[in-house]
Amino acid sequence: MKPILEIKNFQAHFHTRRGIVKAVDDISYQILPGETLGIVGESGSGKSVSQLSYLRLLPSPPLKIVGGEVLFHGKDLLKMTAEELRQVRGNKISMIFQEPMTSLNPYMKVGTQLIEPLLIHRGHSQEEAWKKGILELKRVGISDPEKAMSKYPHEFSGGMRQRVMIAMALTTDPELLIADEPTTALDVTVQAQILDILKNIQKQTKMAILLITHDLGVIAGLADHVVVMYAGRVFEKGTAADIFEKSQHPYSRALLKSTPRIDAIQTQLPVIAGTIPDLSKLPPGCPFYDRCENRMDICRSVFPPKKAIDPGHETYCYAEMSR
Amino acid sequence: MSNSATIEIEENEVGTSLWKDAFYRLKKNRFARYGAYFLLFECVVFLLAPVIAPYGFEVQNLENTLAPPSFPHWFGTDSLGRDLFTRVLYGGRISMAVGVLASLVSVIVGVVYGAISGFIGGRTDNAMMRIVDILYALPFIFLVIILMVYFGRNIFLLFIALGLTQWLTMARIVRGQVISLKHKEFIEAAHSMGISETSIILKHLIPNSIGPVIVYLTLTVPSVILEEAFLSFLGLGVQAPMASWGTLISDGVSVMEIAPGVLFFPAVSLALSLFSLNFLGDGLRDALDPKGARD
Repeated sequence: MKPILEIKNFQAHFHTRRGIVKAVDDISYQILPGETLGIVGESGSGKSVSQLSYLRLLPSPPLKIVGGEVLFHGKDLLKMTAEELRQVRGNKISMIFQEPMTSLNPYMKVGTQLIEPLLIHRGHSQEEAWKKGILELKRVGISDPEKAMSKYPHEFSGGMRQRVMIAMALTTDPELLIADEPTTALDVTVQAQILDILKNIQKQTKMAILLITHDLGVIAGLADHVVVMYAGRVFEKGTAADIFEKSQHPYSRALLKSTPRIDAIQTQLPVIAGTIPDLSKLPPGCPFYDRCENRMDICRSVFPPKKAIDPGHETYCYAEMSR
Repeated sequence: MSNSATIEIEENEVGTSLWKDAFYRLKKNRFARYGAYFLLFECVVFLLAPVIAPYGFEVQNLENTLAPPSFPHWFGTDSLGRDLFTRVLYGGRISMAVGVLASLVSVIVGVVYGAISGFIGGRTDNAMMRIVDILYALPFIFLVIILMVYFGRNIFLLFIALGLTQWLTMARIVRGQVISLKHKEFIEAAHSMGISETSIILKHLIPNSIGPVIVYLTLTVPSVILEEAFLSFLGLGVQAPMASWGTLISDGVSVMEIAPGVLFFPAVSLALSLFSLNFLGDGLRDALDPKGARD
């Protein structure tokens, strides 16, 4: 199967007064049609920035795309004009964000906002779009969608608003949905509902989902493939099973170990000592060096090359780990 | 979708905009409604002034100066025996026109300028705001005098001059609003939906900064009316025998002790108009906030 989105050696840096912040440093991965790709990493690992930067949703300057390709159906998004890219955003590629409470314009009716992409990208008439909007709200499980359309955002709870955001992202039947921590701001029960909705809609529409999160539980429940990122680098990628069961990278392992488990008695939750390094003062080698349990001298000077474990399962680490 | 035909939509529900909703809420606000009625009434009366007024505004009767209110002269007469009722009507024409037009100029220029400056940001914003600073530094009277000298004395020039100085603060207010809104998630979301920048400014940023704009607007109208009075007093605005409320009030002050009516009537007219404007402005601000009571 041909990938729907292919990111190749993508690099995006922020040029700030303190120096160059290498927010995304040479990352490559791909996402196939209809699958869910999970991107995990700590805060500041570049998982959101990488998406926002190739969609040009970040101010530039300070952001500067340094190199690489981002191929959407074989066309390089980085080479598109602003207008061409605008035709893709919200149309073929939609996004949902972390903060449902503030993601809707408080001065606009839910319906009016919901149908905006349809009016822009599909040229629907107001009335057609309104009808489609009602169906879309129904699909994300909002009761009495006809009424909901003419309400204002403040009349909805966080979970409802996130549903509206999902509905808005889905009105144009996108081929790729980028979900940037869609459930982080919601409580656990609502979180489960939202994930269920995403799963069901994906089953119906066969769209690909790129799920950005730091919650391994969410990834485990939804993702087919997983990319582990740290300090702007990809550390490991593979199928969900590869990462959860046969991880070959000390960072992925540490991340897994620091997730609370329901089936084991733990008196203390292991943490990864230290913090993510300052991205403007990265050492030449592996950025995880300071915190790594398996570090070697070579790690300090040269970032490890790609190492294939199984077909599709790759890590970037010198250490030989037990299987 | 197969079942789309089965969905019934209420006629008035489709795309009811913020403005329609706001109008509905405004109608429910009693004070705002009275304010609006009063202003509407004034507009009609002022427009019909030549028909309604019992005398000419410049007709003097030196045998009947500073008369108290009476049947032939409802508001009495001024120090030259001119009918005060007539002069208040004609003065209202000028004052309201100056107030409303100059404020409109300031709102349109200020909002567009401020929104663009704040939205683009960076160097453009810096340059645009320095221009505002420079204009701020120019003494207003100086500007008016220059305009008057170059283009002659003209009532429209007065509108332009007043509008041109009033938009500066408006631009700053809107710019500040837009900058604080620009990084809100819903603006980012709008970008991610592929909505064009013009549309983001018009549909998202400006409606969200409308509250302070309206409040400031209700402050602008009276200050413009007073500035016009000040200019007229200096001989740069409306010239006698034409009158504005500002000139009438300043005339009234000079004879306040002998004939208080000459001050009283124009002052009350001005006060009532400003009250109405403020009520309307207040009501508008509340009406435009969707979080306001909705029933």
